[in-house]
Amino acid sequence: MKNLSALICGVLFSVGLGVSGMMNPHKVKNFLDITGNFDPSLAFVMGGALLVSALIFRITLKMEKPLLAESFALPDCKQITGKLVLGSALFGIGWAIAGICPGPAYANAGVWTPSIIYFIVSMNFGMGIIKLAKL
Amino acid sequence: MITEFTPGASFLGGLTIGLAAGLLLLLNGKIAGISGIIGGLFGKFFGEDKLWRYLFLLGLIIGGFICINLIPQQTAKDIHFDTAWVIAAGLFVGVGTSLGSGCTSGHGICGLARFSKRSIVATLTFMGSGFLTTYILKILGVSI
Repeated sequence: MKNLSALICGVLFSVGLGVSGMMNPHKVKNFLDITGNFDPSLAFVMGGALLVSALIFRITLKMEKPLLAESFALPDCKQITGKLVLGSALFGIGWAIAGICPGPAYANAGVWTPSIIYFIVSMNFGMGIIKLAKL
Repeated sequence: MITEFTPGASFLGGLTIGLAAGLLLLLNGKIAGISGIIGGLFGKFFGEDKLWRYLFLLGLIIGGFICINLIPQQTAKDIHFDTAWVIAAGLFVGVGTSLGSGCTSGHGICGLARFSKRSIVATLTFMGSGFLTTYILKILGVSI
């Protein structure tokens, strides 16, 4: 059951990405281009997503355990570290260059163009070297 | 390229993303952070705690495939970026989200939804860095 629910959540997540416009790199790039062809649509994506997720999270985290699993897997780190800030800043650079972040990269896998394939491969490579170097 | 302002569709899509993230926590107890889900596969590609990650990513690809066919103009179907720039962008996103322990979904949605201080800092940082990078690329006349 919990494997099926993960699959369904993935489908729902990327349908949301598509409908919202997050799968369109031009839209993301225009959201970041506040002095140019600014398109504020993505602020509405975040607003809608936070509204529903904050509500469900609030109810869920009062429960002893999730419905289909034994425990919650939540990040336990609380400190603001240089690594967190540096990593996020680097991520912002890449996000602005291509207008693609990890979710939309995978959601767009089906277009099967060189641009998307290169992006997914290099992104996974970047993640992999940091994980394996245990940085 | 100019894009149309779509507050209604974007809000509706946002609600759907929020529902998916909420359900993954409610049902499976997991955080729907895409970089975290991928990152958890490195080191050992098989074993416990791996199958749900593959299935979630497969779901992302399936849902994306539906969008590519029904609303192709809202996807990367006709995107052809310069190869060197797109590889650089992918590396920045991969290294950055791995060091920063999250991306737009993990920090920007799930983290903010549970009012995590780390996620608030991360989200402000990658948004700020994104705005600044876009501005600098424009000054330099770079268009990929």
